Amino acid sequence: MKLPSVTDRLARNRFVLDEAESHIHINQELAALTNIADALIACCPAQVYSKAEDGTILVEYAACLECGTCTTIADDAVLSWHYPRGGFGIQFREG
Amino acid sequence: MTWKTEEPDFEVIVIGAGVAGSVAAYQLAKQGRSVLLIERGEAPGSKNLSGGILYCNEMEKVFPDFLNQAPIERRITRNYVSFLNQDSSFAIDYQDTRLAHPVNAVTVLRAKLDAWLADQCTDTGVMVMPGVRVDAVLTETTDDGTQVVGVQAGEDKLTAHVVIAADGANSFISRAVGLRPKPKQNQMAVGVKGVISLPRRTIEDRFSLSGDQGAAFAVVGDCTQGVGGGGFCYTNLDSVSIGVVLRLDDLVAKKKAATRVFDHFLSHPLMAAYLEGGELREYGCHLVAEGGLDMVGDIHMGGLVVVGDAAGLTLNTGLTVRGMDLAVGSAIAAAKAVGTAIERQDVGAQALSVYRDLLFASTTGKDMERFARMPEFLERERLYSKYGDLLARIMHHIFNHDGTPREPAVKVAANAFSRSKVKIGQLLSDGLAGVRAL
Ligand SMILES: Cc1cc2nc3c(=O)[nH]c(=O)nc-3n(C[C@H](O)[C@H](O)[C@H](O)COP(=O)(O)OP(=O)(O)OC[C@H]3O[C@@H](n4cnc5c(N)ncnc54)[C@H](O)[C@@H]3O)c2cc1C
Ligand code: SF4
Repeated sequence: MKLPSVTDRLARNRFVLDEAESHIHINQELAALTNIADALIACCPAQVYSKAEDGTILVEYAACLECGTCTTIADDAVLSWHYPRGGFGIQFREG
Repeated sequence: MTWKTEEPDFEVIVIGAGVAGSVAAYQLAKQGRSVLLIERGEAPGSKNLSGGILYCNEMEKVFPDFLNQAPIERRITRNYVSFLNQDSSFAIDYQDTRLAHPVNAVTVLRAKLDAWLADQCTDTGVMVMPGVRVDAVLTETTDDGTQVVGVQAGEDKLTAHVVIAADGANSFISRAVGLRPKPKQNQMAVGVKGVISLPRRTIEDRFSLSGDQGAAFAVVGDCTQGVGGGGFCYTNLDSVSIGVVLRLDDLVAKKKAATRVFDHFLSHPLMAAYLEGGELREYGCHLVAEGGLDMVGDIHMGGLVVVGDAAGLTLNTGLTVRGMDLAVGSAIAAAKAVGTAIERQDVGAQALSVYRDLLFASTTGKDMERFARMPEFLERERLYSKYGDLLARIMHHIFNHDGTPREPAVKVAANAFSRSKVKIGQLLSDGLAGVRAL
């Protein structure tokens, strides 16, 4: 069996996108100081995080599977993460 | 005595319609309590994910006909444990039809199971409210300290005599109220899971099953590329649940990408053969609380009890993750304690401490105590890197007939041992710690 790319995997899931607000916010200065970018990028199973050329961390919040890994490894001051508003986000059909 | 004479909106409000929340709500409604069950997902179950092996005896205490009525996938009759190396594997294959008479464990898919549990709640009079996220609990300061008196969701405030936090491993509710600290990295693992569609017949042929029999594969070693944790593969009716569980402190320390480890496990020849021709149906991830007894800490205060994963009630025994049965066990204890407290009109911290007593007198609490040393044992590095290699060396000597005279097994083992990176002292120490942890 050939595994699809992570993006294609996520495309098979059902998401209800909250267009009005993101549930993930990064304090870029603190993130740079604490050098957290690579750990966030590596740990997130949904590849929500990536790095721009200038080192800024980009957040594709719409792909988030809401596990809480990133918020466990990062300091709350660096990463502010909460669950999406009720009814939004990933909706598993299998689980 | 802590009791408000004015009538609250509900006697009990439960936050989270997972296994723990729904079972607690169901039992309280059966006692005749007015219960509100709030779930942030579009529907109960839509946010939840587990590996999928449910040990059903606790559930059968609550729903005696659970096996016939609930949406279960297969009854586990085959347990397979494998130590995986790059090019070899060593396995223990335990098959026993007695495991199905009476049924011991079944596979489940949470989106279906949790939806069924919530239906049982509705039928018993619980008001189930999906699509709503609880943002905070309401508190008041009393002579006995802080008392939880309700919940807030957006602009709405709802009051209750008791709030049950069943909000899962991240446990934001009890963290916000200062009851439990943010979990440490070594107390948490991330599970990355795929559900792969395969025809029913193919699954039965490949896993040597018949009818609704099921198989549970637990894999350690190369499957996690040296990161503390393991792999699992469980059969459903027409799909398999497969994935890895990775301890966060080690994942960060080893600088491995979670997606890579997952891909590596699924494409390992041992697993790939089972998945051939399959189609990925769903991809998900979820945290596992695996700090064991140490992580449990405070699980009650005035007007609030914490159940299931939110209370850190999960056991990683190295080969299995158990959490759903403990979620049920804690919900049973909580429903009993909360029901009694309301009946006696005292919902202060002292009155609700009965929950803790009941929990630790139950199988759930006793198992948490029995496996108290497990997390520490599982942090031993060698378990993930060296033992698989050692076993493979021994097996290779025994089965690889290269024309040279055979040596007795003891000598083979001693040789393989001296060439492997494991020291005799380490083996003894790990063995002893493992036995103690069990
Ligand atoms: C990869 C993996 C494999 C596992 N394998 C097994 C296994 O084989 N066997 C086993 O027994 N256990 C297993 N577990 C553990 C098991 O899944 C958990 O122990 C179990 O799900 C705990 O149930 P719970 O009801 O406490 O929490 P959850 O199932 O997490 O339910 C919490 C609920 O609360 C809701 N919620 C959270 N916050 C809010 C809020 N603010 N407002 C409203 N609703 C909210 C959530 O949406 C969710 O529905 C596994 C876990 C993982 C991640
Ligand atoms: S919660 Fe999980 S899926 Fe979402 S961004 Fe964090 S690590 Fe990625």
